[in-house]
Amino acid sequence: MTTLLHWVSMGGYAPYVWSAYGLVGLFLVLQLLALRSFKQRSLRQLSRWFDR
Amino acid sequence: MWKFLYQLASPKNFYRFTQRVQPWVAALALFGLGLGLTWGLVFAPADFQQGEAYRIMYVHVPCAFLSLALYAWMGFLAVLLLVWRIKIAGILLNVVAEFGACMAFLALATGSIWGKPMWGAWWVWDARLTSELILLLLYLAVLITGQLAKQRAEGDRLTAILALVGLVDLPVIHYSVYWWNTLHQGASLRLFAKPTIHSSMLYPLLLSLLGLISFCAWGILYKAGYEVLLRERRQTWVKELCEEKPA
Repeated sequence: MTTLLHWVSMGGYAPYVWSAYGLVGLFLVLQLLALRSFKQRSLRQLSRWFDR
Repeated sequence: MWKFLYQLASPKNFYRFTQRVQPWVAALALFGLGLGLTWGLVFAPADFQQGEAYRIMYVHVPCAFLSLALYAWMGFLAVLLLVWRIKIAGILLNVVAEFGACMAFLALATGSIWGKPMWGAWWVWDARLTSELILLLLYLAVLITGQLAKQRAEGDRLTAILALVGLVDLPVIHYSVYWWNTLHQGASLRLFAKPTIHSSMLYPLLLSLLGLISFCAWGILYKAGYEVLLRERRQTWVKELCEEKPA
C-alpha cells in the first residue's frame, strides 16, 4: 500500500505527471469517439445517396 | 515498391489497403502504448535531476515528434497533389492535418505542464515553444482553409500550397535549441548520433513513440478510408461495396 501511494505521489509531482497523462488519454479517447461518429455519418450519407 | 505506391494512388486500391492493414496497425498501437507507458510510468528509474517529473517525457516527446513528422508528411502529400494531381493525397492531407493539430496541441500542453515544476512558469516565449505554437497555428490554418473552400479540389490545392509554405517552420523548430539560447533542453533522440539518455529510459520512450505513431497511422487510415468512399460515391465499386456491406 505504501509503495502504491509512493508511486501515485510521483515524488510530489503527481498533479503534473497525472494531468499530462490524463490530457493525452482524454484526447485519444475523444479522437476514437470522433472517428466512430465520422464512420456512422459517412455510412448514413452513403446509404441516403444510394437510396435516391 | 514504386509499382505498389503507384497502385495505391487509385482510390479503390487505397480503400482496400486501408481495410487490410488497419487491424495490424491498431494492434501495434495497443502494444506500443500499453507497454511503453507502463514501462515509463512504473519500471523506468527516476531522473537524477528532475526526479519523477521527467516521466511526462513519455507522452510529450512522442506528441512533439509526431507534430513535426505529420507536417513533413503533409509537405510530401502536397507535392504529390500539386505535381502529379493524385486525388488520394488531397484526402490524406486534410486527415493528417487533423491528427497533426492534435499532436501539436498536446505537445504544447504537456510541455507547459512539464515546464511549470521545472522552469517555474507555464509558458515562456522561448524559441522552441514559439515555433511549435506557430506550427499549431499552421495546422489550424490548413484545416480552416480546407473547410472554407467552395469546391473540394480547390480546397485541396489551397491546403497543399499552405502546407508547403509552412514547411519552413520545421527546421526552425528542430534547430531552435541550437540556434538560440533557449530554456528548452536539446534533443534526447538523434537519428545519426548516440542518444543522450540511458537505455532504461530510452526503450520505453521508443515504445511509446511506436505506439503513438501507430495510433495516428491507424486513425488516418480509418478516416481516409471513409472519406474515399464519400468522395468516390459516384463510382460503381463504391455502390457494389455498399450493397455487399450495408450500414
